[in-house]
Amino acid sequence: MARIETPADLEQYRLQLREKFGKYQYAVSVCGGTGCRAYDCINVFETLREIIDKKDMSHTVNLRLTGCQGFCEMGPLMFIHKNGIFYVRISPEAVERIVESSILGDEVVEELLYKSPADGRRIVHQQEIPFYNKQRRFLLAMNRDIDPLNIDDYIAKGGYGSLAWALFESSSEEIIDIIERAGLRGRGGAGFPTGRKWRIARQAPSPDGIKYVICNADEGDPGAYMDRSLLEGNPHQVIEGMTIGAYAIGASEGYVYVRHEYPLAVHHLLEALDQAREKGLLGKNILGSGLDFDIKVSVGGGAFVCGEETGLIASIEGKRGMPRPRPPYPANYGLWGRPTNINNVETWQNVPLILQMGADEYAKIGTEKSKGTKIFSLVGKINNTGLVEVPMGITLREIVYEIGGGIPRGKAFKAVQTGGPSGGCIPAHLLDIPVDFERLQEVGSMMGSGGMIVMDENTCMVDIARYFMEFLTHESCGKCVPCRLGTKRMLEILTKICDGQGTNENLEALESLAADIKASSLCALGGTSPNPVLTTLRYFRDEYEEHIVNKRCPAGICQALITLRIDPDTCTGCGACLKICPVEAISGEKKQPHSIDPEVCIRCKLCISRCPKEAIYTE
Amino acid sequence: MKHISLTIDGIEVITTPGRTILEAAAEAGIRIPTLCYDPRLEPYGSCRVCLVEVEGQGRGFLPACATPADEDMVVRTDTEKLRGIRRTIIELLLSDHPNDCMTCESAGNCELQDLAYEYGVRKPRFQGEQHHHEAIVDNPIIERDYNKCVLCGRCVRICREVQGVGVYDFANRGFEAVPGTPYNRPLTETPCEFCGQCVSTCPTGAIVSIPSKGKGRSWQVRKVRTTCAYCGCGCQIDLHVRDGRIVDVSSPLMVGPGEGNHCAKGRYGYGFVHHSDRLTTPLVRKEGELVPATWEEALGLVADRISKAVKEQGPDSVAFLASARCTNEENYLFQKLARAVVGTNNVDHCARL
Ligand SMILES: Cc1cc2nc3c(=O)[nH]c(=O)nc-3n(C[C@H](O)[C@H](O)[C@H](O)COP(=O)(O)O)c2cc1C
Ligand code: SF4
Ligand code: SF4
Repeated sequence: MARIETPADLEQYRLQLREKFGKYQYAVSVCGGTGCRAYDCINVFETLREIIDKKDMSHTVNLRLTGCQGFCEMGPLMFIHKNGIFYVRISPEAVERIVESSILGDEVVEELLYKSPADGRRIVHQQEIPFYNKQRRFLLAMNRDIDPLNIDDYIAKGGYGSLAWALFESSSEEIIDIIERAGLRGRGGAGFPTGRKWRIARQAPSPDGIKYVICNADEGDPGAYMDRSLLEGNPHQVIEGMTIGAYAIGASEGYVYVRHEYPLAVHHLLEALDQAREKGLLGKNILGSGLDFDIKVSVGGGAFVCGEETGLIASIEGKRGMPRPRPPYPANYGLWGRPTNINNVETWQNVPLILQMGADEYAKIGTEKSKGTKIFSLVGKINNTGLVEVPMGITLREIVYEIGGGIPRGKAFKAVQTGGPSGGCIPAHLLDIPVDFERLQEVGSMMGSGGMIVMDENTCMVDIARYFMEFLTHESCGKCVPCRLGTKRMLEILTKICDGQGTNENLEALESLAADIKASSLCALGGTSPNPVLTTLRYFRDEYEEHIVNKRCPAGICQALITLRIDPDTCTGCGACLKICPVEAISGEKKQPHSIDPEVCIRCKLCISRCPKEAIYTE
Repeated sequence: MKHISLTIDGIEVITTPGRTILEAAAEAGIRIPTLCYDPRLEPYGSCRVCLVEVEGQGRGFLPACATPADEDMVVRTDTEKLRGIRRTIIELLLSDHPNDCMTCESAGNCELQDLAYEYGVRKPRFQGEQHHHEAIVDNPIIERDYNKCVLCGRCVRICREVQGVGVYDFANRGFEAVPGTPYNRPLTETPCEFCGQCVSTCPTGAIVSIPSKGKGRSWQVRKVRTTCAYCGCGCQIDLHVRDGRIVDVSSPLMVGPGEGNHCAKGRYGYGFVHHSDRLTTPLVRKEGELVPATWEEALGLVADRISKAVKEQGPDSVAFLASARCTNEENYLFQKLARAVVGTNNVDHCARL
């Protein structure tokens, strides 16, 4: 079937597809997300396909290479639909056995199942794995079940149904009301109520009637990859969301601004756009409703600040990506001077979901002011790294200990940094706060786009503040003075403290600079850049003071302030450290305790990683 | 036209819609300090010096230069907090600025110096890395020393917005950001017109005119307001005169038809004034030699020759060629002379200089 002309056509097509997919005896999804690709999942998938072909079973097995399924730590992942068996860390060699036992049969290959680090128990079903168990995967669930390069998969799962409903059963105003009542807030950082933003754009006059919608897929936060995964794994839901948004605000053209480091997302998106156009779900007279709307893809200029909405718009316009003062906001004066509504990828993906669930059902998820789920990329010193989708209001403790499985090697938790590079570090005594926009801000951090970096006891909080400041200093566009020079001076002070040359006056200067930068920067990059410093000062001031007064780094991280020593009682004199030391600082007779000459040692810590007895420590 | 009224520093200010807070304040006699602002340019909001407090605004601080004044706004321009922020900004700028007002071409005519003076910043609280760019002297007219650049973007913007040339943009980001030409080519290899508009807007000594370097700073010169003699537009210019000689030309902001803008000729074409080749009296050719004459003698000779030609061969044997450097009024009179007195339509002018 080529073009879908009416909502009835769409329904009919959906039924046909379901019938067609129902004919397959088996369905298997192999995760093709970025993390799994790094583990060579493509090879696993190809091997699987070869075996299926060889057995002449391609008409009975529906094979899918999907988007990211979230449990990146454990890739490559495979999910067998008929019996729900979920395999992790699969090698191409294991595929044959899986086919025989679990696809053709219903047997489980024990050693390929997920093994709980807590009790060594093997877990068969995805949903029973603690990592998945506490999540509510409204958005990410689809990533497991569809092939992003095949629009039919999305349609069979009900895709574009919300769009058809919006266009034929509802008015623009009603759609905005629904989004407003659902309580959806922007997932790109600031948490602005989406419905309200749409209404402003709808009401804003345009000189020639042209309005735009933009999807912000710049995703510059280091370590964050939820937008990438949504775009790679389920591009149609973004397209559907944007089309509904365009109908609601009266826009005729859309842009997706994707960073150029995401070639797979761009590829999947372009393919999806073509398929949607071909089916009449995008372009002129969508589903026969009279709505004309199309989407262009703009590949980003490569700077973090291009994710800021006015910088992003400048970048699409071909200018240097630098923010400009607001007001006027893009809703009134945006791309090419026209009213423009800009939302984040995850925000757009929520739109079809809300129409499908209904505003009231959706609003039941979350807290009073933060509704729905939020996807976090859980990284750092945590057992289960990956993408997690949780209801707003879940506590940090649940995320870290239940979903994340706690801190590796029994180390103590120290802090979790939320909100990307300019978020704040939240200490252990606040682990029970519910995760929502307001609470995170109250404790000095923010939701941001959903980065979550866990730190253990071996993390120096001054060093962490310095690290994030370095990133922000580098990413400042340079337009406004407080951000350009203020972040630079803060970084210099932090470096001094880490180098053991800090003074109490430095601390005062740091605090006063932080306050002024926050108050006076042009955009939120500068405006939030002091957060890591302010929160570490608030919760870990003693660490700063240790560095300054006692010239000590309690976590043993800051190179200038530590000495490496070998514990003579533990050392067996194996000589491993001696061999790896690049500066020959270690000496000792074979089988006798070794020692390190602090004058020669460059504190690279290579020896620590080498010592089989963990006899080397810092002080 | 509808008016809006707002309160600035406790004073009720009435202004026209579309004005910024900065403009509305200026109308009421309230000066808000600025650095990246130039009335010839679109608002930019980068220096953050003109931040003001607006009641009921979430983050509180808005750039007066870029924020439209609005009905019933309550604005404060000079609170303790704002003064603190401005001080910090000045300190940050000075922490990466060569402290060489002693020899700087722009001392006395420098907006950064004025700010430091007003806010009493002598030594910044913050020290750290400073830029050490080489001064760029790649042409005889314009010198750029980016160690003094405050990244206000005024040169970038005036060249693009007003001149329509667009020679400069920023390269790099953050601390490394610096304005420059494409691929750092010499100005002579860009479409630069050497109008000096960038010189005129640069608030510090980062872009200066080479011909006037070292010849007199603002307090050493007498500024003589005059009309540019190059074309009929009538731009107002200030000649900077020291010891009876013109050492520089600038243009008063928002005055006359040029509104502070001028072209390469108006700004740099003053060399002829004191040039040895310049004619200072009419010359009449006698026996093949040009010799000095009085106006009476010279004009009398011209009148005689024209009358003779007209009498012998008719009025169309004569043609009148005027100069584009005359004013419209002068050119009008000139064609009147041709048409009404001599009786020919052979009149034209060199509409190029
Ligand atoms: C420095 C900076 C970087 C940003 N980067 C992103 C980004 O990568 N993705 C994003 O969606 N929003 C980003 N934002 C937020 C956007 O400016 C904007 O608020 C957001 O796209 C609006 O969409 P939402 O309402 O759906 O959140 C960034 C903001 C700043 C200040
Ligand atoms: S805050 Fe930083 S990134 Fe934002 S405009 Fe200012 S210099 Fe640029
Ligand atoms: S002299 Fe004129 S044309 Fe040349 S860079 Fe400056 S403003 Fe642009």
